[in-house]
Amino acid sequence: MSLFQYDFMIRALIGALIIGLTAPALGIYLVQRKLSLIGDGIGHVALTGVGVGLLTNQSPVYTAVIVAAIGAIGVELVRERGRTSGDLALAVLFYGGIAGGVVLVGLSPKGGAGNSLTAYLFGSLTTTSPSDLTVIVVLGLIVLLAMVALRPALFAICHDEEYARVSGLPVRALNLLLAVTTAVTVTIAMRAVGLLLVSALMVVPVAAAQQVTRGFRATMALAMLIGLVSAGAGVTLAGEANTALGATIVLLTIAVFLGLAIGAAVWRLVRRRMLPAAPVAAEPPDVVLGR
Amino acid sequence: MNEIVSVSHGVVGYDGRPVLRDVSLTVSAGEVVAILGANGSGKSTLIRTILGLVPLSGGAIALFGTPQRRFRQWHRVGYVPQRLDAGGGVPATVGEVVASGRLARRGVFRPPGRADRAAVASALEAVGLSDRVRDPVATLSGGQQQRTLIARALAGEPELLVLDEPTAGVDSTSQVAFAAALGGFLGTGGTVLLVAHELGPLQPLIQRAVVVHDGRIAYDGPEIPEPAGHHADAGHDHQHQHCAEDPSLAIVRGAVDR
Repeated sequence: MSLFQYDFMIRALIGALIIGLTAPALGIYLVQRKLSLIGDGIGHVALTGVGVGLLTNQSPVYTAVIVAAIGAIGVELVRERGRTSGDLALAVLFYGGIAGGVVLVGLSPKGGAGNSLTAYLFGSLTTTSPSDLTVIVVLGLIVLLAMVALRPALFAICHDEEYARVSGLPVRALNLLLAVTTAVTVTIAMRAVGLLLVSALMVVPVAAAQQVTRGFRATMALAMLIGLVSAGAGVTLAGEANTALGATIVLLTIAVFLGLAIGAAVWRLVRRRMLPAAPVAAEPPDVVLGR
Repeated sequence: MNEIVSVSHGVVGYDGRPVLRDVSLTVSAGEVVAILGANGSGKSTLIRTILGLVPLSGGAIALFGTPQRRFRQWHRVGYVPQRLDAGGGVPATVGEVVASGRLARRGVFRPPGRADRAAVASALEAVGLSDRVRDPVATLSGGQQQRTLIARALAGEPELLVLDEPTAGVDSTSQVAFAAALGGFLGTGGTVLLVAHELGPLQPLIQRAVVVHDGRIAYDGPEIPEPAGHHADAGHDHQHQHCAEDPSLAIVRGAVDR
C-alpha cells in the first residue's frame, strides 16, 4: 500500500497498534473501579511534565512520565484515604496540572508558537521520531505484560479491595503499580491521541466490549482487539482522508461501541420475539422468610 | 484447646468515637460462634478488626496463635463480606469471582493450575451454583450473589470462615443452600465466626452466641438468645426499621430470663 511506503507512517502505525492494545488492557481495571475518568485527570497532570521537558530541554516524554507518575501516586493516596474532600483535591490537582503545563510550555523557547501544545493535547503520531517510538514500544509492552500477567490479582483488588486485603494480597503495591502504569500509558498514548483523548482509548473499547461479553477476561480480550483494530484502521483512514489521527481512532472506537450496543439491543429484541414461549426465569423472590 | 482467634481487651474507635470499648473473645478450633447485636452495636466492627480491616487502638489480637500484626498465613482465613452491590463497572462471571478466592493460597504471580480449578469447582458445588459458572454475577439474585461470595471464601480452602451478615436479605432457598455449605465446611473440621442479625436456618449449626452491646460483650455462652418477641413470629414481615425498642437489649434480656 502506497501509504505505508513512508517511514513516518510505519512508525505511526506501530505506535498506534501498541497503544491501541495497551490502553484498554489497563483501562479495564479503571472502569472496573468506576474510575473511568481518572486517565483524563492524569493526562492533565502530564501536561505539566511536558512543560518541564520543553523548558529544560529534556525529552518531554520522559519528564511527562515522571510528573504523571507522581500525580498518579498522589491520586492513589487520596483514593486510599477515601476522604470526601478527596474529590476536590483531585480537581485542584488536575486543573493545576493543565494550567501549569500551559504556562511552562509558553515559557519555553520552542513552545512560543503554540504549535507544540496542540501536538501534545491532540496528538501527533506522524512526527514521532525513531527514539520516541522505541520508548512507546518498550514501555507499552511492559505495561501490557503486567496487565495481562497480573490479571487475577488486579481483578481481585479492583473488584473487592477489602477481600483482597484479607486474602493477604499486596494491595498497596498493586494499587501503586496500577497508578504508575496509568501514568505511563497516558504518556505514551499522548503522542498518538493527545492528552485530551487518552482516556477515550482506555475506556471506550472496554465500554464497547462489555455490550456483548459476560465475563471479565472476555471483556478484556475483546476490548484489546477493538483497540488494536481501531488503531490500525484509524492510521489508514487518517492517512487516506488526511484527518487528525488521534481523533480518527477515537471516533472509530465510538463507532464500534455504538454498533455493538445497537446490535446487542436488536439481538435481545429478536431473540425475545423468536422465543415468545420461553419461560420467565424462575428466580425465587428475594425476601427473607421468618424462622 | 487450639485458639484460632483471640482478642484481649480490644479497643477500637473511629475518629475518637469509641466503637469497641473493652472486648475479649477467644474462638477455639472447630467452634461455631455467632456474634449478635443491634445495628451500631459494634458487632461488624469486631470482626473487621479481627481481620485487620479496622485498626486496633488498644488491646491485642492473635490469629492461629500469631499476633495479628505478624500474621501472614491469610490463606487460612476465608472472609465472606456483606453482599457486594452487583460488582464493579465491568461484568464478571461467577467463576471469575470465585476463582479470586484462590489467590490467597496461590499468590499473585503464579497462574491458576489444576488444583485451583478443582477447588473452584467444588466450592461452587458446595453452594449449589455449579450451573451458573459462566453467568455474570450481576444477573444473579441477591441470595445467589451471597452464595457466590461464600464459594469464593471456600475456594481458598480456609480453616477459619468469617462471615459478615451472611443471611441478611437472602431468599429462603439460598439460606438453606448456605446452611448446607456451612455444614459441609464444619464437617472438614473448620471453625466459623459469623455476625448476624437473624440466624434463620443457620441456627442449628451455632454452638455459641456472643452478644455485643454498646461496644462491649453483653453475653457469651452456649444458649442462643431469642431476639425480640415479634421477630420470632413465623409470618413476620422483614423490616428492621420498625424496631422501636433496641433489639439487642431484648436479646440480652431474653438470654438473662432463661
